[in-house]
Amino acid sequence: MPSKQEIYEKVVATLVDSLNVEPEEIRPDATLQGDLGAESIDFLDIVFRLERGFGIKIPRGELFPESIFQGDPEYVQDGKVTAKGIELLRQKLPFADVDSFAKDPQLSRISELFTVEMICRYLEQRLQTEEAAASSVR
Amino acid sequence: MRWIWIDCFVEFEPGRRAKAIKNLSQAEDCFRDHLPGYPIFPVSLLLEGLAQTGGILVGEVGNFQRNVVLAKISSVQVHAEAYPGQQLEYEVELLDYREEGATVRGIARTEAQIVAEAEIMFAHVRPDQIGLHENFVFTGELKKLLGFTRWQQASKQ
Repeated sequence: MPSKQEIYEKVVATLVDSLNVEPEEIRPDATLQGDLGAESIDFLDIVFRLERGFGIKIPRGELFPESIFQGDPEYVQDGKVTAKGIELLRQKLPFADVDSFAKDPQLSRISELFTVEMICRYLEQRLQTEEAAASSVR
Repeated sequence: MRWIWIDCFVEFEPGRRAKAIKNLSQAEDCFRDHLPGYPIFPVSLLLEGLAQTGGILVGEVGNFQRNVVLAKISSVQVHAEAYPGQQLEYEVELLDYREEGATVRGIARTEAQIVAEAEIMFAHVRPDQIGLHENFVFTGELKKLLGFTRWQQASKQ
């Protein structure tokens, strides 16, 4: 399995290709939309490239969930994510820094959860799971 | 205005790759202004031809039941110009396919050289996502193009 550094470097290369940004612009805490200028369609492109680059399958919605709250007032009230909404975020985005978001849970900040580091954490766990599954077959 | 930028398919391997050709004629409107006295085939139309070739390859995988929409040209390299009288060959290979969309890699060539290379991403768009009630991509011409090519191939056998 690749090291954390190797995963990070490959993620950087993926984002450089997909978002047409310079490697120097990419930091672990860089947000995909705010800092790196990703648009919604880029998320699918990133998934394709990660699948190819790491030789894995990423199930739909596992890395980038779609429509998390679906306008449900239980999860969002007055432009803020409720406690129940925060719990949902922890379930749907276990690799994101939900704790930091919860300190100022403005719905408009939701895109800040999608960072370079979040992708790396997802991949680390995903690759570990794949490796464990492969060794149990052997 | 007809918006078909390929003439026919010459090879089609479902779910894998396809090859189409486009004959460039001086009679085409695009050469009137691009450029006066120096007619070159616009790269945007060349990319449209590659995208139509790739889009039909992608659409066929879903039996033309999904709306395949050009979403992103992830990369493009242009190596040469193409002129009236030349035949362009568009070759595309399916790289990725999933419920949300697909990616193809395409090469456009003339007999002499590679004209351009591109990686093109398509999204599957449901009609309700854009306020429609029924499919809006493979409703006619594009789908018939592959059907006609298959009929031609069957006639030769």
